Amino acid sequence: MALIATQSLTKTYPGGVTALSDLTLSVEPGIIGLVGANGAGKSTMIKTLLGLLSPTSGRAEVLGLDPTTAGEQVRARVGYMPEHDCLPPDMIAAEFVTHMGRMTGLPRTVARERASEALRHVGLYEERYRQIGGYSTGMKQRVKLAQALVHDPDLLLLDEPTNGLDPAGRDAMLTLIHRIGTEFGISVVVCSHLLGEIERICDSLIAIEGGCLLRADRIDAMTTGTEVLAIEVAEGTAELSAALAQRGLAATAEGRMLLVPLTEEATYDLVLRTVAELDLPLHRLDQRRHRVAELFSTATPTPSLEVSHV
Amino acid sequence: MSEQSVIHDIGYQRYTGPRLGRGYAARSLFEHGLRVAFGLGRSAKAKIFPWIVIGLVMALAVVVVAVKAQSGEMILTYQELPGAASVVVMVFLAVVAPELVSRDLRNQTLPLYFSRPIRRSDYALAKLAAMATAVWLLMAAPQAVMFLGSAFTADGASGVGAEARGMLGGWVVATCYTLVFSSLALLIASIASRRAFAAGAIVVVFMVTTPVVALMDELGKGGTASQIAALFSPLTLPEGVREWLYGTSSTDVGPFGPVYGLVMLLLVAGCASLLVLRYRKVSL
Repeated sequence: MALIATQSLTKTYPGGVTALSDLTLSVEPGIIGLVGANGAGKSTMIKTLLGLLSPTSGRAEVLGLDPTTAGEQVRARVGYMPEHDCLPPDMIAAEFVTHMGRMTGLPRTVARERASEALRHVGLYEERYRQIGGYSTGMKQRVKLAQALVHDPDLLLLDEPTNGLDPAGRDAMLTLIHRIGTEFGISVVVCSHLLGEIERICDSLIAIEGGCLLRADRIDAMTTGTEVLAIEVAEGTAELSAALAQRGLAATAEGRMLLVPLTEEATYDLVLRTVAELDLPLHRLDQRRHRVAELFSTATPTPSLEVSHV
Repeated sequence: MSEQSVIHDIGYQRYTGPRLGRGYAARSLFEHGLRVAFGLGRSAKAKIFPWIVIGLVMALAVVVVAVKAQSGEMILTYQELPGAASVVVMVFLAVVAPELVSRDLRNQTLPLYFSRPIRRSDYALAKLAAMATAVWLLMAAPQAVMFLGSAFTADGASGVGAEARGMLGGWVVATCYTLVFSSLALLIASIASRRAFAAGAIVVVFMVTTPVVALMDELGKGGTASQIAALFSPLTLPEGVREWLYGTSSTDVGPFGPVYGLVMLLLVAGCASLLVLRYRKVSL
């Protein structure tokens, strides 16, 4: 069964802004990255999946239910972490998460236990009896994640979970999301405008731009058959590039390296022979995968996806 | 990231137990609201104002009991207590209503509530119920104290019975005050996301209408205008209803008693509907 499926999903706001336009996709359970620039329609998509917004036309299906008609059933099985600040500063974290657990239907004692558990899983066990107002941004993000996780949902919708975090905090948050998706067995949709950041933890990617679907597929399907060979020489990069072009290899420069599409085994020999003939000192020759971002930047003439190289 | 915030690797357990529905969630929100109203489970700072007000109204009841024990005279009847305490109760409204609703607006907590099974109307009505219960307790508990104090000095079972009937009458009047006060105050607070603005707006709405009533009363010279004057302030409207129900108030309502009852019902129903509508319209 598809985790999320949409058919011609369109959302036009009263002001005439089209946030989602004719979106048709279907994704399998796992960790799904939802990427797009700011204003691409990611948050609108999440809110539509939660049933908080009803689509102008088309339909969506989450866990086999239609959020417009069965919003309550969908919301009982989904955890949502908003992008913005949403925590009361004068409440104690453990109490707040317990309260949110009860709001999702957990009996009182269960809510208390699972709130402690959820806070422990996000790494806030020691600090859970402190007021949220005294927490750092990283800790607040963890409380936001804990309140989405407290009722053991089947699907987590995380809107920009790494917002405002330093590089170490981002890594910790992404590792945590990866664990939730793999070890906890909970499917996760993680929104981000930083493709480079989430591509390493995702099974599938949905890329949207201006409300339109760029691509929705499994990551491995996106990267198969696009191996490249990275060559680095100490000097004479330009000469090498020209020589390779003569032999029918279109090399593209990336920093001090040259990238050559690896189409067949013979490419290795060809590159090595060219380097030897020019008598250049070879530093590096390795095979690597295309980054997903490169796929999009070739697919769209003006790459608008902000790529981080964290 | 501090050293403590490393992730401990102790397995995750799925939850297979019961998941209670919307009704339970709404009840939880009501309980939470009632605790917030009295500052329970919160810092000492959050407790100061509600408990000063409770202390004042209680002190009023204790003085009444003490005077009655000494002289046998009831300086304030059960039904007069809500009216006598109304200004202090208004302060309670100005403190508690913003705590209940403005805080959620200010902290943007609403998306967390609305991404859960409860409906928006459940949220609005649970908050209203919490507010009303808190306000009612604020007036009804001192009336119960008056009853307990008086019952000891009353002569015989018939005396206690009369006191009990008096207290029940007092509770009915307290209910009228509660309905008018809490629905109006919560509606005002739900529009302002800053607590100070919300508190100010509540006081203004309650106070600004008082001169209107006084002016109409003065101009009417005991005629029709005087008799309907009390309709125009939330502070005096419940007194009019009390006069219609029991005829024990000093407010002259003439033949307009049922009008007072109707206006009260319309006001409460109107405020509650607008509150529900306000949360239906809130953008997330």
